[in-house]
Amino acid sequence: MAPTVVVIGGGATGTGTARDLAMRGFDVTLLERGNLTHGTTGRTHGHLHSGGRYAVSDQESAVDCIEENRILRDIAPHCIEDTGGLFVQLEGDSDEYFREKLDGCAECGIPTDVISGEEARRQEPYLTEKTKRAIRVPDGALDPFRLAVANAADAIEHGARVETHAEVVDLLTDESDVTGVRFRRQGPNYLGEGSEGDVETIEADHVVSAAGAWAGQVAAMADVDVAMAISKGAMVVTNVRQIDTVINRCLPKDEGDTIIPHETTVLLGANDEPVDDPDDYPEEQWEVDMMIDVASEMVPIVENARMIRAYWGVRPLYDPNPGETEDTGDVTRNYFILDHEERDGVAGFTSVVGGKLTTYREMAESVTDHVCDRFGVDEPCRTHEEPLPGSRDQSILEEYMDRFDLRSPVAKRSVQRLGDRAPEVLGSEDPNPVVCECEAVTRAEVRDAIEDVGPDLNAVRLRTRASMGNCQGGFCTHRLGAEVYHDHEASTARDAVDELYQERWKGQRHTLWGRQLSQAMLNHMLHATTMNHDADPGLRGDTVDFAAFDAGRKTDAATDGGSTNGD
Amino acid sequence: MAIESDVLVVGGGLAGVTSAIAAAREGADVRLLAHKKSTLRQASGLIDGLGYVPPRTPQQEHADYISQQRQDFRDVRGERGDYRGPLQTPYEGIDALPDAHPYSILGADALRDGLALFDDLVGDTYLGSHTERNALVPTFGGAVKPTARYPRAVAAGLASDERPMLLVGFRSLTEFDAGMVADQLSAAGVLFDVRGVEVPFAESFPTDTKITRFVKAFDHDERIEGTPARRALAEAVEAYVDDAERVGFPAVLGDDNAAAVRADLGDCLGADVFEIPMGPPSIPGLRLEDRLFEALDAEGVRLETGVPAVGYESAGGTVESVIVDRMGSDVPYAADAVVLATGGLVGKGLDSDRDGIREPVFGCHVPHPEDRYDWFVDDAFGDQPYARFGVRPDASMRPLDADGEPAFANLFAAGAVVGGADAAREKSASGVSLATGVVAGRNAAIASRERTERAGASP
Ligand SMILES: Cc1cc2nc3c(=O)[nH]c(=O)nc-3n(C[C@H](O)[C@H](O)[C@H](O)COP(=O)(O)OP(=O)(O)OC[C@H]3O[C@@H](n4cnc5c(N)ncnc54)[C@H](O)[C@@H]3O)c2cc1C
Ligand SMILES: Cc1cc2nc3c(=O)[nH]c(=O)nc-3n(C[C@H](O)[C@H](O)[C@H](O)COP(=O)(O)OP(=O)(O)OC[C@H]3O[C@@H](n4cnc5c(N)ncnc54)[C@H](O)[C@@H]3O)c2cc1C
Repeated sequence: MAPTVVVIGGGATGTGTARDLAMRGFDVTLLERGNLTHGTTGRTHGHLHSGGRYAVSDQESAVDCIEENRILRDIAPHCIEDTGGLFVQLEGDSDEYFREKLDGCAECGIPTDVISGEEARRQEPYLTEKTKRAIRVPDGALDPFRLAVANAADAIEHGARVETHAEVVDLLTDESDVTGVRFRRQGPNYLGEGSEGDVETIEADHVVSAAGAWAGQVAAMADVDVAMAISKGAMVVTNVRQIDTVINRCLPKDEGDTIIPHETTVLLGANDEPVDDPDDYPEEQWEVDMMIDVASEMVPIVENARMIRAYWGVRPLYDPNPGETEDTGDVTRNYFILDHEERDGVAGFTSVVGGKLTTYREMAESVTDHVCDRFGVDEPCRTHEEPLPGSRDQSILEEYMDRFDLRSPVAKRSVQRLGDRAPEVLGSEDPNPVVCECEAVTRAEVRDAIEDVGPDLNAVRLRTRASMGNCQGGFCTHRLGAEVYHDHEASTARDAVDELYQERWKGQRHTLWGRQLSQAMLNHMLHATTMNHDADPGLRGDTVDFAAFDAGRKTDAATDGGSTNGD
Repeated sequence: MAIESDVLVVGGGLAGVTSAIAAAREGADVRLLAHKKSTLRQASGLIDGLGYVPPRTPQQEHADYISQQRQDFRDVRGERGDYRGPLQTPYEGIDALPDAHPYSILGADALRDGLALFDDLVGDTYLGSHTERNALVPTFGGAVKPTARYPRAVAAGLASDERPMLLVGFRSLTEFDAGMVADQLSAAGVLFDVRGVEVPFAESFPTDTKITRFVKAFDHDERIEGTPARRALAEAVEAYVDDAERVGFPAVLGDDNAAAVRADLGDCLGADVFEIPMGPPSIPGLRLEDRLFEALDAEGVRLETGVPAVGYESAGGTVESVIVDRMGSDVPYAADAVVLATGGLVGKGLDSDRDGIREPVFGCHVPHPEDRYDWFVDDAFGDQPYARFGVRPDASMRPLDADGEPAFANLFAAGAVVGGADAAREKSASGVSLATGVVAGRNAAIASRERTERAGASP
């Protein structure tokens, strides 16, 4: 019988590990306390690193990045936008560092190309006139949601079980060795099984913690000390793509100096500040201001751009030599496999910590190799060769782009999001109207996501991008609710609407000025005034004395239509 | 030649039109200037007076620490506090409003006068004036909401009417889901049977068809795959009517010929037909806008659209003229008195950046917390400070400066540019525009008359 492994954490690392383990024949269960990508993976900058960023300071990470960058382009093209990247040197920026960057890239095998300021501005006209020169690198934009979902889907295809809304609350131990996990359901899983509050246990031959910034908390459940050096970073979202290339500043100090185009938006970010608790840290105004100020040094129009929201993430960094590094910015971006048997004398338990989104696959491969070792399994890794679902058959994709008429931006975007799953999702003959106009998401995509994740519109949002554009759900939250209603009770759908609306509000609070404040007021008028969703008697359980209100003038109802003007 | 008028109204929304006509009826020569379309194209077309007194939360020490800690939306909902309402009449809640509210400043009679003027302008296209009571109207969000005046097109849908109801949505229109609205109305405890059905209609239209396309098809009774639109819809719905005595649709049933569309459908279905207003572009709002602009014309107000006011000239605390940007050149429009009716955050009468909130034309004082993290609270539907932003008026609707003195002797404000109301949660938006509009318009006319008299008296 195949050894059983529980993987804790449904981010890129956990889903990637579950996939690799399942492909190598293990009996895998993945447990994630929220939705997939609930943790840092759902809150990154989405930079597919070329490694250029680390080419001077952290070459080991840089080498990992360029290798994985190449692999991901093969196995996950539907999750990547090949934007290319530039390291820009502005007037006054150090020539010496520019040189070091070039040399470092060469040493790490990162292809570069030096271009003049004029050429850089031809490529990206909104770059500042102060651009002296730039280094071209193979950066890209990576969609973490699609990536994690595709990994989970493939893990399931290979026999894994994926439990969402399942929080590990304890590690089962025998003496000190780990023998399984106890988890509590935060709600039904994506198949609608189980309910909030259920506590279940799973016996396992091995437990892998891929809990990211929460790895310390998970390890503590087995009395193991894993001191994480976590740090937060803010990202600010603008409403249009002022640039189509990833722009980095060619400076040693690198906080808030990367601008990444994503779909219809541009993401500014991110700073690097140590925090203690990955669930509770301040989101501060100065951080938002800093992201805007730093980015506008490179791309000045950003200063006056419309910002639609801001969000924060926590880096799951691990410092192997605490005390020697002063600044979280200096903590290595490298990853570590912590073999708790060897390290702490606790068998049956391994943590994988640190790293980056870009290197998730390699992390998964390493930890899977390690588990294979333990069980004497001699299966080679194939995750670097086997494309992920959605990215398997480019020809299907192209064919569908044609069939759905490339001129239609809606069809184009749906097909890009779905990859080779497009025929399956979009194949129906029923009308397929657009539900979210900002992001061009259609009913078929939304219903497909609801089928997968249940009536959880936040999870639907992560899969489809619905409600992530300019209006931040103002115009589509209720429409998404109606799609939930298709398969669920009205009260469930109504709750889903409230939940998404409140969630969307959280990020907007940070960018409430200018046009986004106008948008917020418009949304408020639409949802509170026109719909009366704030005081909805159906939700508040009020008993309304209907007879005390105007019931109309009976004579008018009878003669309705007699009016000659159009009203 | 100089452009002159007794009263110049800046802004072409509900408040601008109301104040222009109120001023004209006082005998003033009035010019109205509107930059862009008003928020009527977004508004439901319902004329709310006052539907609730929402709970107020004291401005707390807030927001230096916003964190990832996510609160469950059910708790957020539970902690929202008690709304007083739905109010049976708009007048019964006015005493409970905060002092800075325009209704508190102006009194209930201003709202009565505003509604009376409105009734006069829209004639029999709106109902509700036969009683002081609010009507409860089904919303496209599945709730009912209290409103003071409603278009004839929504009349048969009132929730206090107990006749059985059928709601109809189109499969290809995501904005309105009839089944979901029907189930939620039932959950709200309505006393009639209500069912919802989604029918196929005009599915040959492309999937990204705009709402206005449906409106046009009904208005002209266009043939859709051979069958005239109204009949095509009636045929799709017929089988579901059963014992329903009224049938509700999303508000897309025609524009100029809306009454005929409803009548035709009603004849075919043997039931009263009504509409449920939706979001932008809102057809009932656009119909109201047409109506109001006709009224302006009838009252002799000169209307100029497409031009923004960008500044002003003043002398001795009196506005002498408003500077208007006409195709890139600044043109002064002289007036004896001016009404500022440029709207709120949506209409662009209030502008903001990271550092603060401004009224851009006259630079009127807009009280607001210095720290932008104090402009909001964490419940999206909470007591949002930003929702109450606007100029602070005196009892004659003159905006006050930071010291509480009128900013100018002859400048008046009306509508959403005036702060103090929590219009969205109170369901008071149009009522505030009407009440402030009549008072501002009237006082502008009086101020203009007084200036002329003074000018006549002194050689
Ligand atoms: C601001 C910022 C910007 C970044 N930008 C980039 C970038 O541009 N490019 C890049 O390559 N990398 C970037 N990174 C790094 C990258 O995002 C992370 O390294 C990566 O997403 C980590 O993935 P993970 O799966 O290891 O962790 P996570 O995604 O955090 O996954 C861990 C999961 O474990 C779950 N979990 C925790 N406790 C439990 C429990 N008890 N039971 C069950 N589940 C549990 C969590 O909910 C979470 O979903 C960025 C990070 C930050 C903070
Ligand atoms: C989504 C939504 C739903 C609503 N639903 C309802 C409802 O159900 N019931 C209800 O009672 N009310 C509702 N309202 C409110 C109502 O429609 C009006 O918004 C409100 O009465 C304010 O009107 P106003 O005339 O003050 O401003 P606006 O309608 O904003 O008009 C302002 C006008 O001023 C012009 N303007 C601005 N700046 C300048 C300038 N510098 N120079 C020249 N012109 C300028 C604008 O172009 C516009 O024409 C809703 C509003 C919205 C946005």
